[in-house]
Amino acid sequence: MINTVTEHAGGAASSAGNLPGVATEPNFAITPKISGDGSREGELLEISMGPHHPSTHGVFRMDVVLEGERIVKLKPVFGYLHRNHEKIAEGISYLGSMPYTDRLDYFCSLTNNWAYALSVEKLAGLQPPERAEYLRVITAELTRLINHTCLIGFLVQDMGALGTPLMYAFREREKILDLFEALTGARMMCNYMRFGGCRVDLPPGWLEQARRVVDNYPRFLDEYESLLTENEILVARTQGVGVLPARLAINAGVTGPMLRASGVDYDIRKVDRYGIYDRFDFRVPLGAHGDVYDRYMVRVLEMRESVKILQQAIRGLPDGPIMDAKAKLRNFRPKAGEAYGRIECPKGELGFYLISDGSPNPYRYRVRPPSFINLTILEDMCLGQKVADVVIILGSVDIVLGEVDR
Amino acid sequence: METLEQIKARIEAALPGAGLRLIPNDSPANQPSLLVDNAHAVAVASFLREDAQLQLDYASNVTGIDWPESVRKEKVKVKKVIDGVEKEVEELIEKKRPGFLEAVYHLYSMTLKQGPVILRLRTENRSDKAHLPSLTAVWRGAELQEREIYDLFGIVFDQHPDLRRILMWDGFQDHPMRKDYVEPDDYEYEPTPHDKVLEKAKRHYASEANR
Amino acid sequence: MLGEGIIKGMVVTATNFFGSYVSAERLVTVQYPEERLPPQENARNFPFLVYDGDDPDRGLRCVACKICEKECPPQCIYIVLERDEKGKPQKRPRIFDLDISVCMSCQICVEVCPFDAVKMDTEYELSDFDRFKSLLLNKQRLAKSNTYYRKIHPAEAEEVDARLADQVAKAEAKRKATAMAAATAVKPAPAAQPALSQ
Repeated sequence: MINTVTEHAGGAASSAGNLPGVATEPNFAITPKISGDGSREGELLEISMGPHHPSTHGVFRMDVVLEGERIVKLKPVFGYLHRNHEKIAEGISYLGSMPYTDRLDYFCSLTNNWAYALSVEKLAGLQPPERAEYLRVITAELTRLINHTCLIGFLVQDMGALGTPLMYAFREREKILDLFEALTGARMMCNYMRFGGCRVDLPPGWLEQARRVVDNYPRFLDEYESLLTENEILVARTQGVGVLPARLAINAGVTGPMLRASGVDYDIRKVDRYGIYDRFDFRVPLGAHGDVYDRYMVRVLEMRESVKILQQAIRGLPDGPIMDAKAKLRNFRPKAGEAYGRIECPKGELGFYLISDGSPNPYRYRVRPPSFINLTILEDMCLGQKVADVVIILGSVDIVLGEVDR
Repeated sequence: METLEQIKARIEAALPGAGLRLIPNDSPANQPSLLVDNAHAVAVASFLREDAQLQLDYASNVTGIDWPESVRKEKVKVKKVIDGVEKEVEELIEKKRPGFLEAVYHLYSMTLKQGPVILRLRTENRSDKAHLPSLTAVWRGAELQEREIYDLFGIVFDQHPDLRRILMWDGFQDHPMRKDYVEPDDYEYEPTPHDKVLEKAKRHYASEANR
Repeated sequence: MLGEGIIKGMVVTATNFFGSYVSAERLVTVQYPEERLPPQENARNFPFLVYDGDDPDRGLRCVACKICEKECPPQCIYIVLERDEKGKPQKRPRIFDLDISVCMSCQICVEVCPFDAVKMDTEYELSDFDRFKSLLLNKQRLAKSNTYYRKIHPAEAEEVDARLADQVAKAEAKRKATAMAAATAVKPAPAAQPALSQ
């Protein structure tokens, strides 16, 4: 009944799966031609699943052409939350952009901060001290926990679960947000990382509270899984839906849990080994079929791995300074040049490409948004599926409009 | 992974006539890039993807950059005849670099877990010849990002399957990320305007008075 | 058995529902606005100006150096330096306006202030009907005393007070040392003077 998810160290691409209505050949064509000579006029219905929609995870629009209930063509429309963050960043200093990066993927702000800090450190040649690296790992993995549980909650709510699993997820999220508030001062817009380390050190008692939250987490996950994983409704609605073949995923630039659910072993924490991730012992879960159920299971297993990393990091946290001694807060002028830094944020690969010309403001500041690029193959996954499945597939892609539109 | 010089040599051996140039990178990040001419861009991209040693099958980031026309003053020693005596004089000559738009591709390999290899493509100028070949046929991941570059910078990608505006609305004119972009007049009342907002306010009220 | 997964899930829901009557772990909400959770110690909301002592005008730590105005990312601070009748700048702001409809609570102004004059407040019930009168905080509204700062952020305030007292002590010691050096340097001169005045 339940397809097991195979975890293996080497990457093996899975087959596309011969499911009715889904093309077996990887579809690299962009605009599929609607077959016919115009004789089917009047049979196709064009709907705009418009920006005001409770299930599109923000102001996101899809122009959908339907034949009955099956999707024939789907075009996503972006830009409703476009704030031109990249141009704002060209007008303020490097430090001033840091609060704006919080607002990109507003659901997990600390990983955005880390990606930006990493790129600037590559550009300027700064090296954060060890304690700062451990703090960065701890906060990033906590962010991964809150993102994945709430994402599963949203996915199940889109299926009609009326918010009960989502509220259980939010209960755990609140505990972690309390930790963030005690450490950084704000629950969501944390603005915590600086170029060369972290802004402020741990308040007394924080580590104990974090240890309690992290040790309690597997119990919560067991309860969450017994609520959802073997649920017949969930299994029937997600298995076989929205299959993404591995070759298409690699070619389309998909990253994150979506890519790993299709069977491709590419986790930037293991590939680039940025920060101090090579000191921690954790596995990378992979899916076998690339459907929505695999993406759900990959996220649940990633949460368990994050708990393992957190326990190791909290145990091994050393003492010491939290900022690089060479780092400057004001009048920060990196040498002219460019750098591209990337991390594994909960949604995929978040990268920042910075070009500096020696002045306090960047010359070009580019965000590589994972949610935006993961939407390249939304149409390919949805062709032949029903309208109700489109909502679930979009939920499993895990988009946040702040990042898609910047 | 081999260095960029070695990769450049191999591409030149495989595709003779491809105009390649290594652009160094001064920052500590040590990420030099390869400038490719527009005629051979698709061929070079296919070579990089199919080559057995590189297998760069993942285009991670496609960026657009605007380089407006810049003038650089350089001091040059010139021999001049002054009052009948030949002397060496330092003169300031102006070096003009014409403006162009640029697209930068960051390429990685998911199968061999290596990278990045950075490609650059430049247009001829910023106005009528701002065309570049689209690499969407080689890497599907460049599709939406090239659309965004068209929308925000104005580079037209030839052979792109669906080139239209993506982040701005369909009827929008002009390209917002260019350095010489002029914002439309959208000043709203603010109680204490200062610096840039004050200039905006003055312009706004001046244009309102003229109407 | 078909339906086993759903029954398992319903058992979890029932545990949570009935458990919320007995255990505090399951019932995690408070009835706002009748009950309010106290803010955590490090929480931040909008900035305020600190003054020492009792007089918000004389004791204000801010010297109108305009560093926070320059570093603020959304440019929500507006400062005008106070000058006396002759035009000489006094080390005080005449106008210090902070627009909290623009402020994004990023705390950069606090970080860059060299005089510990701007700190973060925890007050969040600031909504009102008029945007331009009540969301533009001026100097009088922003100035709050150091005792208030010690109440909302005790650990931070203690550290800041210790550092400022240290600075004052160092400045005092330096002043004494230069006064001593000047006194010892002045003494030989009066002996030479009577010879000159004749």
